[in-house]
Amino acid sequence: MASFTKSLILFLFIEFCFSVLPSSFAQSPVPGSSEGYTIYGRVKIPSFGNREFSLPAKVSNVKVILNGGQRVSFVRPDGYFSFHNVPAGTHLIEVAAIGYFFSPVRVDVSARNPGKIQAALTENRRGLSEFVLEPLKGEQYYEIREPFSIMSIVKSPMGLMMGFMLIVVFLMPKLMENMDPEEMKRAQEEMRNQGVPSLASLLPGAARSN
Amino acid sequence: MAIRVFLTLLLFLSLSNIVSSIYEDQVGLMDWHQQYIGKVKHAVFHTQKTGRKRVLVSTEENVVASLDLRHGEIFWRHVLGTNDVVDGLDIALGKYVITLSSGGSILRAWNLPDGQMVWESSLQGSKESKSILNVPKNLKADKDDLILVFGKGCLHAISGIDGEVLWRKDFAGESIEVTDIIQSTEVIYVAGFVGSSNFNVYLLNAETGEFLKNNHLVLPFRTSGELLSIPGDKFVVLDSARSKIVTINIKNGDINYNQKQISDLIEDSSGQAVILPSRLPGLFALKINSWVLLIKVTNEGELVVVHKIDNTAAFSNALSISEDQHVFACVQYEDNKVHLSVKDVNDWNSDLLKENLVIDHQRGNIEKIFINNYVRTDRSHGFRALMVMEDHSLLLVQQGEIVWSREDGLASVVDVTTSELPVEKEGVSVAKVEQNLFEWLKGHVLKLKGTLMIASPEDKVAIQKLRLRSSEKSKMTRDHNGFRKLLIVLTRAGKVFALHTGDGHVVWSIMSHTLRKSEECEHPVGLNIYQWQVPHHHALDENPSILVIGRCGPSLTAPTVLSFLDAYTGKELNSLSLAHTVARVIPLPYTDSTEQRLHLIIDINKHAYLYPKTPEAIEILKREFSNIYWYSVEADNGVIRGHALKSNCIHEVVDEYCFVFRDLWSIVFPSESEKIIATVSRKSNEVVHTQAKVMTDHDVMYKYISKNILFVANAAPKASGEIGTATPEEAWLVIYIIDTVTGRILHRMIHHGCQGPVHAVFSENWVVYHYFNLRAHRNEMSVIEVYDQSRADNKDIWKFVLGKHNLTSPISSYYRPEVSAKSQSYFFTHSVKAIEVTSTAKGITSKHLLIGTIGDQVLAIDKRFLDPRRTLNPSQAEKEEGIIPLSDSLPIISQSYITHSLKIEGLRGIVTVPAKLESTSLVFAYGVDLFFTQIAPSKTYDSLTEDFSYALLLLTIVALVAALFVTWVLSERKDLQEKWR
Repeated sequence: MASFTKSLILFLFIEFCFSVLPSSFAQSPVPGSSEGYTIYGRVKIPSFGNREFSLPAKVSNVKVILNGGQRVSFVRPDGYFSFHNVPAGTHLIEVAAIGYFFSPVRVDVSARNPGKIQAALTENRRGLSEFVLEPLKGEQYYEIREPFSIMSIVKSPMGLMMGFMLIVVFLMPKLMENMDPEEMKRAQEEMRNQGVPSLASLLPGAARSN
Repeated sequence: MAIRVFLTLLLFLSLSNIVSSIYEDQVGLMDWHQQYIGKVKHAVFHTQKTGRKRVLVSTEENVVASLDLRHGEIFWRHVLGTNDVVDGLDIALGKYVITLSSGGSILRAWNLPDGQMVWESSLQGSKESKSILNVPKNLKADKDDLILVFGKGCLHAISGIDGEVLWRKDFAGESIEVTDIIQSTEVIYVAGFVGSSNFNVYLLNAETGEFLKNNHLVLPFRTSGELLSIPGDKFVVLDSARSKIVTINIKNGDINYNQKQISDLIEDSSGQAVILPSRLPGLFALKINSWVLLIKVTNEGELVVVHKIDNTAAFSNALSISEDQHVFACVQYEDNKVHLSVKDVNDWNSDLLKENLVIDHQRGNIEKIFINNYVRTDRSHGFRALMVMEDHSLLLVQQGEIVWSREDGLASVVDVTTSELPVEKEGVSVAKVEQNLFEWLKGHVLKLKGTLMIASPEDKVAIQKLRLRSSEKSKMTRDHNGFRKLLIVLTRAGKVFALHTGDGHVVWSIMSHTLRKSEECEHPVGLNIYQWQVPHHHALDENPSILVIGRCGPSLTAPTVLSFLDAYTGKELNSLSLAHTVARVIPLPYTDSTEQRLHLIIDINKHAYLYPKTPEAIEILKREFSNIYWYSVEADNGVIRGHALKSNCIHEVVDEYCFVFRDLWSIVFPSESEKIIATVSRKSNEVVHTQAKVMTDHDVMYKYISKNILFVANAAPKASGEIGTATPEEAWLVIYIIDTVTGRILHRMIHHGCQGPVHAVFSENWVVYHYFNLRAHRNEMSVIEVYDQSRADNKDIWKFVLGKHNLTSPISSYYRPEVSAKSQSYFFTHSVKAIEVTSTAKGITSKHLLIGTIGDQVLAIDKRFLDPRRTLNPSQAEKEEGIIPLSDSLPIISQSYITHSLKIEGLRGIVTVPAKLESTSLVFAYGVDLFFTQIAPSKTYDSLTEDFSYALLLLTIVALVAALFVTWVLSERKDLQEKWR
């Protein structure tokens, strides 16, 4: 009992020490055993602006994973999680939450400075002053259907084909009318001389390589 | 020229679709997802209050779940970590589910309605011990609810409201093996043995944990240690010879004991006696031979046999249905029926319930039973029973009928193979009558509306229904595209299921009697499943068959069992219990005249056994005797050996199907610097389409394609543990690519500052592997591509013309070709659980890597992102070829998660199977959940998509024809006017 109170005091003392230092956050050596430290942290899922397609953020389905599956922890309703009995060293924490992209976090548990933990996001090497994990972005698992618009039809191959046909049908006669009758006659002559144009002659490269 | 233009166009098209993604309304069209929980260990009913009735379970897959008692559906479910084994489950305060896990060191409370974790408490202790969770039911209301937990040698009292540890008492120094905790209103009894004959009871103050008294009793003989407490301060234990029953009474702090010979209770006491762990008030159950004796312990400590039951399967714990009425259920077998009876503990002559049940024989025996009562309308008691079967399935029985059942054996799939479905017979119409044209058109108009986003919500529902209903999907015949197949899965319980790829329903399931618990086979486990016989095209009237390999126990020395199953019907064709063990099974690439594949089973005593045991198989093997090679990996010794067959076994009895083998080569890795952590070889049935790769400068590189190639990853011994245990300086990974016929090391490379776990996949001439980089503290993926240099000078066209090339020279592993390897590494965000690569029928389609991430999703990454030829600034020609500019990390595009917004909880493996359609690959991922989908890595270039709008096509054609007529009429009219002019 006595040792418990003592370590509680120690814990409070350490907490006090580190509340002064802004770049680290407090954790306690475990009372009664000296094999590890405790990592406390918090997962915070802010509501993104336009999340009409994604799933509602459910905290109960969020998992926090230490060192690639060595241990799995769950978050409390307020987003807090903890890993107990973590040995000193450099660890990796990943957050698995459907609909969000979390960067893995590098966590250094110092052996020399009992109680000191440093954390940094591995994706962008940003240090964390507080151990609050936030998603880098929301994830969109589905393609979004483009709403119906005239432009999408026009832009489609079929639309382009139709457009071209319309141009040929309605604009070409207009152009022909504006042409000089003499030039027109000359062009028609030429056409007659050449005969029917074949597909092969239209594709100069193809004719040769075949 | 035209070909080139076409190729560039194709390339452009394929480049624009790096992501193969789906729309939200396409979910469930090609994929299915099934959720399971695994074999139930603990179950607690929650039916007291009005509202939804549920049962809370914890399973051997470390799942904590809440199930709907009406239908068996999952309300919520949590899959704990693999090391986080659940030891206890209970309900506290009527609103929290309490679980004790990780050897009694983590206590969690989950909110009953929605499964949100409310609090978590870490319990410290120094010693491994039995872990006991004790949630008192009838404490006085003024006390806040105490939860007593014994774990790691300490007793903890924890507040049920917030998980705060109120007091703890360390028993680590007392060298007592605590086996039970009993709580009365003020005193807590902690009972256990010191050694095997010194019984100890500690009395503690329930409020403060203060140590009150220690009583002990030294028995004059040794005990078996399996102490069972009988509610109300009594214990029973057997002596070490299992011939005496010892009753210990600890009333009022005094301990006294009584002993009785088992032979006094039953005439035939020759078998081994076991005390069943069911907790019954004033009673205990003793199993001896096939009999179960229910023995009453009187207040004086006398033992009275109150009932004798034959052929008993399972007992439940006692359930109190009123103040002084306690009942329990027991199950008996008789012929093919199951008798379920619920009896009152104090009244033997009447049964509260007696029901006969018919349970599918394929489910095996009943292993566990949990009962719950309800009040019928006539105020009598009704009972429902939850049964855990031998095949891990879960049944709820009420009023003599199975209300629901869950196939939870599928949560522990160990191996997967596939089988084709039968061919549709001509003249037999299986398909239902075709819909009329109007219906068809209406459907397509609806679909068109959907694609144009002008569908109303009702229309959308109708579209979704239409799509999911399509009967084509789950037909029981082979389809033209090869999408419909049978997935044949073997579960840990030894049960084989055939799942239809269309919708995932179970076509058949069988539990072979060789893989059932029996006298000879105590703990059968399923190991592997292989295709045994695949009928050739001209023998399609025969059914294919499957080989299932199992072992009679978890140890390597247990004997082997084989079972041959018909793939269409699930009938057992044959089964064998073998005398030898199984270490490895090698399917040989030879089949006999009946299309049975030859298999070699290697045992642990260095013998190889040939199956099938036919003279013809021997003939074939003799012919190919010198062409059979295999390797073995001894990870503990750091040795890889190559083997070949030598001669028949030398036994007293001549067995011509038994062979001894010789070691051809061995590679011994230095044990002080390397430890084998992963080995991966190529899939034997993979198809490679092109042997050469054309570079941008019209150079040709020949792929080194060999079936006998092995990837080995070795880690530094210090860094072979988990992440966080080693520093970058003492960690390295050594990668080898080894030819398994000659033992030649084709390539070796070192990643400094890296460690495992390594997950790898080998395909064609490349290997992709995932590991952890400690220096950057990120996950990394690398690719190695191996090219054959000896054929490099074949690119001169004149040599071909003059016939001076060496392409026709036989390729042999003894040929020692010169190889070169190219490699590149990239960062990858997530940790990985499994890696697989898509496989297609002819290997033409580009490949996608399927990565099972730590978040239990499956991500598809184009292989082009893992191409050693990527550079920072690719030239124009390289860009045209499709080389992506180099980046330091692999992109994660959320649309390329093939599992989209689903999770395959507890993901363990991914299997890919080619469809008949070249563009498509079928993907099956398994873990606690099952997931199936089909993916097209280069889009479906050889077929129209499901979404193809026929209505739009029709509309366009109609519009074109109409336009044709209009313009024709117009031109006619104009012509006429011209002529009139």
